[in-house]
Amino acid sequence: MLNVGKIDEGFVLDHIPAGKSMDIYRDLRLNDLDCTVAIIKNARSNKMGKKDIIKVQCPIDNMSMDILGFIDHSITVNVIQDGQIVEKRKLSLPKEIVNIIKCRNPRCITSIEQELPHIFILTDQEKRIYRCKYCEEKYNGKHRGG
Amino acid sequence: MRHLMSPLDFTVEELDHLLDLAADIERHREKYAHICDGKKLATLFYEPSTRTRLSFEAAMINLGGSVIGFSNANSSSAAKGESVSDTIRMVSCYADICAMRHPKEGAPMVAAGKSSIPVINAGDGGHQHPTQTITDLHTIRSLKGRLSNLKIGLCGDLKFGRTVHSLINALVRYEGISFVLISPEELRVPDYIREDVLAKNHVPFREVVSLEEVIGELDLLYMTRVQRERFFNEEEYIRMKDSYILDAKKMALAREDMLVLHPLPRVNEIAVEVDNDPRAAYFRQVQYGVYARMALIIILLGLEDSVC
Repeated sequence: MLNVGKIDEGFVLDHIPAGKSMDIYRDLRLNDLDCTVAIIKNARSNKMGKKDIIKVQCPIDNMSMDILGFIDHSITVNVIQDGQIVEKRKLSLPKEIVNIIKCRNPRCITSIEQELPHIFILTDQEKRIYRCKYCEEKYNGKHRGG
Repeated sequence: MRHLMSPLDFTVEELDHLLDLAADIERHREKYAHICDGKKLATLFYEPSTRTRLSFEAAMINLGGSVIGFSNANSSSAAKGESVSDTIRMVSCYADICAMRHPKEGAPMVAAGKSSIPVINAGDGGHQHPTQTITDLHTIRSLKGRLSNLKIGLCGDLKFGRTVHSLINALVRYEGISFVLISPEELRVPDYIREDVLAKNHVPFREVVSLEEVIGELDLLYMTRVQRERFFNEEEYIRMKDSYILDAKKMALAREDMLVLHPLPRVNEIAVEVDNDPRAAYFRQVQYGVYARMALIIILLGLEDSVC
């Protein structure tokens, strides 16, 4: 079994479905951060068989994990300080999603103006409904990680 | 600074205030004849719309202001590939307020985000057309004296008709409203209107296919066009189309005080013989639209206090 060392401060994202870690790496824009990131693929899991894990060594105030609530709320977010888990963060749906999903409505202004950010607003928490900020089209597609 | 993107941008109280102002304009036009002296309205119409554009232009001219703009995308910088954001930044330097119609949904919202002048959505694709809704509300309130306690029939294409969706959204905020939704089964209102708007607000409604059966119950009949291309097959269209044409025979079944509204343009869904019926209010609706747009321009420009 491959061992990846502990981190002092940051996040451990556990129970990521196997094969999805690179999508989450992109969605969290981890490549923009100047910090140590470990991606563990296909780790053995009693619960899931196989799973992915991401460890991010960074000041915990530096990153928002909100988007994970939209991507896959079954992912466990462990917050680490001084080498210990200090919090298991509960994921909630973000109120706004920017440039993670695209509006597919061919009549939407985003279909012709490429520089516009794709922004979705949470309009119904209970039914998990997001609508395009511009045309209010409901997002129907499944997110690639969810 | 305030923009108008959707009819629901205004609270019921704000809307009442706007309609009060529109009614006052109708009664005392001279009081408002110079309130916009020196102000310019830009009409940015990326797709043709004679009616709405002329209504906005008439509204601004009635207020003493002037109008600049374009009436189709080919005669604008959009033809050269300019973005909506850049166009509105440029127009903000020329005009004091702008009305935008665009075939793409959300374009006026993009403009509002970059604009330093109030932006009015004058119709964005199949999405919103708030000044049509305000026109409809003003017409109903002026001719019926109220926006509450009405049984309203909506007839025709209820699936794709944005004016119908906006009107339902706006009217469910008033007391005692009920709807009779009259359409072929293929053209019934979308689920979200039925579930998220009507059922959620506990507004009574019925869905029926026959206009004749229900016309006698209505305080108001809002007609829309049933388009041939919306039907799955030609036979179905031919079978259904006459059911949704309002003629003198069907009007004979209606109450004496029932009003007929239509967003226009009509094609053949209201027979010309109905035009002379005193209950036909669709041409008066056009006039009310000018008053409603005048009130909107005054409010968005913050000029109410300038009225003598």
